[in-house]
Amino acid sequence: MMSMNTYEIIIVGGGPAGLAAAIEAHKGGSQKILVLERDRELGGILMQCIHNGFGLHIFREELTGPEYAERFIREMESLGIEYRLDTMVLELRDDRTVDIISSEHGFETLQAKAVVLAMGCRERARGAINIPGTRPAGIYSAGAAQRFVNMEGLMVGKRVVVLGSGDIGLIMARRMTLEGAKVLAVAEILPYSGGLTRNIVQCLDDYDIPLYLSHTITNIEGRDRVEGITIAKVDATRQPIPGTEIHYDCDTLLLSVGLIPENELSKSAGIRLDPVTGGPVVNECMETSVAGIFACGNVVQVHDLVDWVTEEARKAGHHAARFAQGQLKEGSPDLVTRAGHGIRYVVPHTIRVGNLEQEVDLMMRVTEPCKNKNLVVRHGETLVKKVRKVHLTPGEMESIKIPVEKLQGLSGELNVCLEEVAHEA
Amino acid sequence: MIDITIIGGGVIGCLIGRELSRFQVKTLLVEKDSDVANGTTKANSAIVHAGFDCKPGTLKGKFNVEGNAMYDRICGELSVPFKRNGSLVVAFSEEELPELHSLEKKGKQNGVPGLELLSGDEVRRKEPRLSKTIVEALYAPTGGIVAPWDLAIAAAENAMDNGMELRLDTEVVNIERIEGGYRLLTAKGDAIETRVAINCAGLYSDHIHNMVAEPCFKIIPRRGEYFVLDKSEGNHVSHTIFQCPTPNGKGILISPSVHGNLIVGPNAEQVENPDHVETTAAGLNAVREAATKSSPDVAYAAVITSFAGLRSTPDTGDFIIGEAKGAPGFFDVAGIESPGLTSAPAIAVHVARLVRSFFGNLTFKTDFNPVRRPVVHFSQLPNEAKAARIKKDPRFGRIVCRCERITEGEIVDAIHRNAGATTVDGIKRRLRPGMGRCQGGFCGPRVVEILARELHIPMTEVRKDRPASVLLTGVTKMGAGG
Repeated sequence: MMSMNTYEIIIVGGGPAGLAAAIEAHKGGSQKILVLERDRELGGILMQCIHNGFGLHIFREELTGPEYAERFIREMESLGIEYRLDTMVLELRDDRTVDIISSEHGFETLQAKAVVLAMGCRERARGAINIPGTRPAGIYSAGAAQRFVNMEGLMVGKRVVVLGSGDIGLIMARRMTLEGAKVLAVAEILPYSGGLTRNIVQCLDDYDIPLYLSHTITNIEGRDRVEGITIAKVDATRQPIPGTEIHYDCDTLLLSVGLIPENELSKSAGIRLDPVTGGPVVNECMETSVAGIFACGNVVQVHDLVDWVTEEARKAGHHAARFAQGQLKEGSPDLVTRAGHGIRYVVPHTIRVGNLEQEVDLMMRVTEPCKNKNLVVRHGETLVKKVRKVHLTPGEMESIKIPVEKLQGLSGELNVCLEEVAHEA
Repeated sequence: MIDITIIGGGVIGCLIGRELSRFQVKTLLVEKDSDVANGTTKANSAIVHAGFDCKPGTLKGKFNVEGNAMYDRICGELSVPFKRNGSLVVAFSEEELPELHSLEKKGKQNGVPGLELLSGDEVRRKEPRLSKTIVEALYAPTGGIVAPWDLAIAAAENAMDNGMELRLDTEVVNIERIEGGYRLLTAKGDAIETRVAINCAGLYSDHIHNMVAEPCFKIIPRRGEYFVLDKSEGNHVSHTIFQCPTPNGKGILISPSVHGNLIVGPNAEQVENPDHVETTAAGLNAVREAATKSSPDVAYAAVITSFAGLRSTPDTGDFIIGEAKGAPGFFDVAGIESPGLTSAPAIAVHVARLVRSFFGNLTFKTDFNPVRRPVVHFSQLPNEAKAARIKKDPRFGRIVCRCERITEGEIVDAIHRNAGATTVDGIKRRLRPGMGRCQGGFCGPRVVEILARELHIPMTEVRKDRPASVLLTGVTKMGAGG
């Protein structure tokens, strides 16, 4: 018979989301908390992000990734929160039991009163975007290249083309340049970059690395190692336009073509996923469709800034503690959020007004870049909140806070959409 | 002097090696790449054909049916996943029916068991996702799916367990005749003296042949491109779905893979040389278009990778198997295109028989063990067995590949077995890390690290595949303290 240890809260993932959730759950009064981390150290992907720019919102400082993580790791350790490294969760069930393995403890099944999912996301692979050509060495996801360069001190190439203008790709374009590689171009299939504006300026413009919007890779050459890459402009249907090809002699291709929340475990527990975000459908407490299983950070929606991951995780940790202590009101939601005109998705998906303490923070992304619009929340015809936005882009997450008073007594749909700004004479 | 040297470590060379390891002879297998199963064997449809489309009386017809029948036993002995999922050849119009019926007739002549013609509705009852336009289909219950590289690797390992020697990174660049045999000169500058040489060089088998004998055949590489879809789509069909064959080949198929993915392909296009293993936008589009005819709703959004493989098509129309004219003791096993994988076990037995009679007779080893030490697939073990395995070897408690749930213990075992992995792709082929959703994004760096540690080489010397496939180009700037 296997031992069945019980915990108040089990947190899957020891990256920024898991760390913040654990600390907040402890502050919320939970005593027996366990953080499960599959890697050899805490901190998650932050540990390979040695550039700065983390923590501007949370700490009003520009920290590197490891520095940002370190603050939470220290706090967690000082609170005496238990964690396990090199530990993989094999299965999660809707009764909040998890099967885990590690070299040290072998195979175990654990029971929790509440579970917080904080597994983060993974990078999209080459096949998912289906680039024709050979399959030589020298093709890396930007994150894998970052691990080699920053964690192992090993270079992945000398002459580099980057496909996709996601933040990791931009950061790696600069990083490779600083390490003496020549970054020849960044090609982005969309007419705009999915990365943060500050990264385009600080990682490309400052180093004279050209960004080709509406371009994609049409061929990869090289039998053993990458020898050449051809990019071409694409038309409105994203098909390459003949005659616009640019060829590069290079030995490396970095792919930064998007991130996908990693929800294999969520699926195994029967948690409902949002096909747009790729993450669980969550309510105002960051609770998934399975009672007592919460989720936060990039496993829910891919964030631009770790600061927002921390905020979301604090919320999940706080409410997980409330759940474990029987303080959350169960029951069906009062409100369902809807992504209306110009909005790609809204998180959270449902709201039980009775569980809100002060306000609800709606997070969303727009479908395409635009200027001078009102970001509007409506209940039927009634205006709940309106925020004027000068500049909106899918690469930057938007958020609207709505005080609980404005939602009291409401039921049905909350519609979030973009509206034209009325011309003021 | 070595008794027998096999040139080429594809599925043919490896299975012949295993057959010959039954005898008391010194057998060597030389492979130009850094792993066995690295050419056509690693990139094909992975189908064990029933054998209804070969012309009766040909070597293809004979060995296909014989080879097919051997698969259950050989895959059982070698712990290679194999499934008889059955195949369907579908016809979309009345015009195609004569072709379909002739397949049935040929199949019966070739001795294919259990063939059955099904109406369009019967087909869709078996396979609801198939097109409404299908009017009739030929069902062959003996059709199957296998992982060809698994079979080749397992055969090489088992052959080595039974005494065969394997030399990787050993390319034969010339062959000289010597008293009582041949001297094989390698790219490294070594010479291998052997009494018998067996040419299993696949796409290069005409070159090898011409080093010894008068040119009498030519290999024309024909490329086929494929999509591989995520396991979420692995149940799209349960049988292997063929269309009626054309002069160009068996046409586009849709099939589950033995590892649970869905595979769609191949097209057929003649290419100039065996280095053309690139996929093309046009080729992949053609595959997709043609496959849509069989099943209109394949979810291409779930494609995890695409690849291309080359068929070693001979200009003679049939397999070329036997002693080369004027070169006693030099055997060609060439032009092994489809159904080569299916035929391979039967071809191996046949070639071993030829070699045996060349030597007059060969004595069987009394201690030949046909059974390969089973490979532990940690993720498939029951929970109690998982616990026990980690207790025995803690490295099984460390998951390296998250997508396919591969442990460090399995990776280390794959490196240290006979015919073990020496490259990242070698690990990938044996265990599938990097074949899952992330395609190696997470586990790639860890696999490089484990290979370096186990092979006692620096990480910068770990290769993706062939010797020139350098992964890491150097170290980062060290700074003042470095």
